[in-house]
Amino acid sequence: MPPTVGVVVFPGTNCEYDVTVALKSIGADVELVWHGDCDLDALDAVVLPGGFAHGDYLRPGAIARFSPIMDAVREFADRGSPVVGICNGFQVLTEAGLLPGALQKNKRLKFVCAPTTVKVCSTDSVLTCAAGSGRELAIPVNHFSGSYVCDGATLKELQSEDRVVLRYVENPNGSIDDIAGVCNETRNVVGLMPHPERAMSALLGSCDGEVLFRSLLDAAVQPLKRGTPARASTDALTPMSRQVL
Amino acid sequence: MTADPRAHQPLHRALGLTDDEYGRVVEILGREPNHLELAMYAVMWSEHCSYKSSRIHLRRLPTEGDRVLVGPGENAGVIDAGDGIAVAIRIESHNHPSAIEPYQGAATGVGGILRDIFTMGARPLALMDPLFFGPLDDARQRWLFEGVVSGISGYGNSVGVPTVGGELTFDPSYAGNPLVNVLCLGALPVERLVLGTATGEGNLAVLLGSSTGRDGIGGVSVLASAGFESDDTSEDAKRPSVQVGDPFEEKRLIEACLELINSGLVVGVQDLGGAGLACATSETAGRGGMGMDVDVRAVALREPGMEPWEIMTSESQERMLAIVTPQNWPRVREICTRWEVRATVIGNVTSPTGSSPGEPPTGRLRILDGFDGPVLADVPAASLADDAPLYRRPMNAPNNTHPPDDDPDNLPAPPDCGKDLSAMLSDSEWVYRQYDHQLFLNTVVGPGGDAALLRLRGPGLPPSDRAIAVSTDSNPRWCTIDPRAGTAMTVAEGLSNLACVGATGHAVVNCLNFGNPEHPEVMWQLSECVDGLADACTKTSLAVVGGNVSFYNESGGVDISPTPVIAVLGLVDVLRRPPPGVSWHDGDSIVLLSPADPSNATRGDSSLGGTLWGARHEKRYGTLPQLDLGAHLRVVNFVRNLVTAAVAGDDTLLSGVHDVSSGGLALALAEFAVRSDVGCTISGVTGHRQLFNESPSRFVVATPHFDDLANLAHTHRVSARLLGTAGGPRFVIDGSVDLDLVEMKAASKTRIPASLGLPTEPLYDQRGTRDFS
Repeated sequence: MPPTVGVVVFPGTNCEYDVTVALKSIGADVELVWHGDCDLDALDAVVLPGGFAHGDYLRPGAIARFSPIMDAVREFADRGSPVVGICNGFQVLTEAGLLPGALQKNKRLKFVCAPTTVKVCSTDSVLTCAAGSGRELAIPVNHFSGSYVCDGATLKELQSEDRVVLRYVENPNGSIDDIAGVCNETRNVVGLMPHPERAMSALLGSCDGEVLFRSLLDAAVQPLKRGTPARASTDALTPMSRQVL
Repeated sequence: MTADPRAHQPLHRALGLTDDEYGRVVEILGREPNHLELAMYAVMWSEHCSYKSSRIHLRRLPTEGDRVLVGPGENAGVIDAGDGIAVAIRIESHNHPSAIEPYQGAATGVGGILRDIFTMGARPLALMDPLFFGPLDDARQRWLFEGVVSGISGYGNSVGVPTVGGELTFDPSYAGNPLVNVLCLGALPVERLVLGTATGEGNLAVLLGSSTGRDGIGGVSVLASAGFESDDTSEDAKRPSVQVGDPFEEKRLIEACLELINSGLVVGVQDLGGAGLACATSETAGRGGMGMDVDVRAVALREPGMEPWEIMTSESQERMLAIVTPQNWPRVREICTRWEVRATVIGNVTSPTGSSPGEPPTGRLRILDGFDGPVLADVPAASLADDAPLYRRPMNAPNNTHPPDDDPDNLPAPPDCGKDLSAMLSDSEWVYRQYDHQLFLNTVVGPGGDAALLRLRGPGLPPSDRAIAVSTDSNPRWCTIDPRAGTAMTVAEGLSNLACVGATGHAVVNCLNFGNPEHPEVMWQLSECVDGLADACTKTSLAVVGGNVSFYNESGGVDISPTPVIAVLGLVDVLRRPPPGVSWHDGDSIVLLSPADPSNATRGDSSLGGTLWGARHEKRYGTLPQLDLGAHLRVVNFVRNLVTAAVAGDDTLLSGVHDVSSGGLALALAEFAVRSDVGCTISGVTGHRQLFNESPSRFVVATPHFDDLANLAHTHRVSARLLGTAGGPRFVIDGSVDLDLVEMKAASKTRIPASLGLPTEPLYDQRGTRDFS
């Protein structure tokens, strides 16, 4: 049976259709989940897609973190199930405290919709487990607030724990350390600014998003394969992640 | 109204009605109108809403076609795209609001056009924005340009509709009055089509969306239907007439309305745009041959103390009027609550009544103060929408349109054609990088291409391998010299652009941007333009399915150049691969395709009248090249068939294709080189006339199989002339141009950001973000 992925829809979300099309194209079942719901039990993975949840008013993700569904997402993640936030979804996950750091306005203070190349820096995450380490992927970005920022200690932690999963080859927004995507300590929650759903067809310029969604589906049906060579250290496993294993 | 500085005038004049128009209102009502009634007539009979100066001309346009489902007059034109899918399209101007408040003016232009599309039951899938400003060496133009682009980006991206193309023109003609046009395209299953009609006595009129405030009052009359004075104070005075947009409200409104329509819960839907509730209530009732009772007290207000006339004419954004049966009202309310969209019953549909014995019954629009309260206004609903006066305004051809001193053909050859060419290169990337142009996964060719090419897919649509293509074109230089021929050439260019992506043109929408219609020269320009459009569309089997006329684009009494923006909508039956695009490869033969008709060569094709090159040398007149639509179609069809086969996945002779337009052959070749990052060597094209003339019906193509292409072209009476070969790091046209490709690319990429005083280098060259590590 194919895994069932929940795609969360906040008022103002606008990439839910695209993510649904992308996931279905590689065999997933998809259910749209309304932000006012609070049950994710029947799902194998959850994606928070891009858009402008609650209009991005106040700042991106700042209101969405209070939507009822976010408690369910937190519990879902705490159980070790895969959660991926794309673009606005990444912003929501940082606001909700499920991922460290924040996404601030792009360095040039302009919206950027552009092709980018990202490098797979860690294969030890639910979004990159099927991608080769070091592989470069052509995946576009589309955001106003995509410049990843965190304090020095957090950055050191992300680096030493191999939690920067994707880096830009040519940084489009001023992100610290060229970070395009990070994961949590237990590696089952991943946020990224690029839009893999926009890179699923040669007709549209790239198929490189497919390997990321395939990773997610793999992770949805089986526990993460751990200790890949790309990881700097396996010492950082927390009790929660051991529980997953 | 006591605060109105024009209060010393009679009220009707202060509201923008002439004495004759006032007399007509008295005649219709059989009495003097009260303030509320007068306010409603003033906005509905404004030039913007009533097309009173242009309507008699627009009747000459061909509106019939095999695929046309809905023609002009509804909220949007609709064509049958096949596979059970209908495509809705509309274009509008938001020129004057953008001139006063560029961010909100452009943003609410986007919001307004979206509502026109989803009103029809169509999911808005793409936006395009033709923009016209004065040269950027002026600080005000930079403010306008940056503000407009930010407004489109801020609203369009957030509301979740990609902006897939447009046009960018800088010309002194627009320094006092920029043009901001916006086109929207949507799609729907054919059977879901709904119209803005109120029927069924007792059905409810439900106002959806935002609350109603004092923003935008008189937008259509005070703002859109008068020109700008030369002093800036008039703009400050008009600023309160600009509306403020909320894309998040609009996004929820789109989802709620489409769900209501999908669920079959509405009888009719109408957006609230110009003239607000007065327009939406009278038009829906008028179209249905019914009347409507509207309770102004039921309308949710943004601020206390609003007068009934303010409520009825407010242009507050993000509102829709739905006509709903009483049985369906609870479900409608439920869906709106889920989407956090306000839904209020503000009125109900009434049967026509006789106003006096012996007269046929008419639907009355009655404005009430409480459903059982006093009647504040009582007018025939259809009279607001349909009985506006139609003017046959005086027309005169301008004198001396061809002063020999202003003819670029009288200029000597420039000392350095390469320098002239380099100065024309301008990439609009700075603009379109700020637009989400990829949402819905349809954009195969986006901004910067000859035409936008989109897969015909989207939420709720049946599966299809078809594609739609849209090109927006305008050429104020051509239309200044000869508005009739210039408009026809603009249509021809649209078809060329569609051919470059393999699409066959089916329908046209137009946005006719002109000066003050009270100037006889402007009315002559409009009339000529309509004739040129009608003639070109008839000869090329295009149906005009919608349009917008924007008058009073003037500043300090000076009219803008006539600027008809023509959008051609085309279809591709099977799309499996991207079209070749503006790209060549090392070793490709570079070929010019044009009509093989020898008589064409003797028609003064090398005239420089109306060219970009001429305008850059301050010579804006002269003679336009001739357009032969029959010969044009021959070349267009030849190119299109080659590209259609390529996008269907068949083997193709072409590695690249681009039409020759502004900037002539030289600029077409230069754009090829810059975009492919491959130079070329061209021979046999000598002198500035051959390089820069803009004679129509020509394409540059690149092919690895020149002989096959030439043979095929010959059988279609198309001339295929070998110009040279692609390759190398330089752009060389023997005897005229020798440029370094790297410098050309830099000139093209940096032109706009440098003009704005912004950084021109890519961000990733300036690391410095690693300080934390």
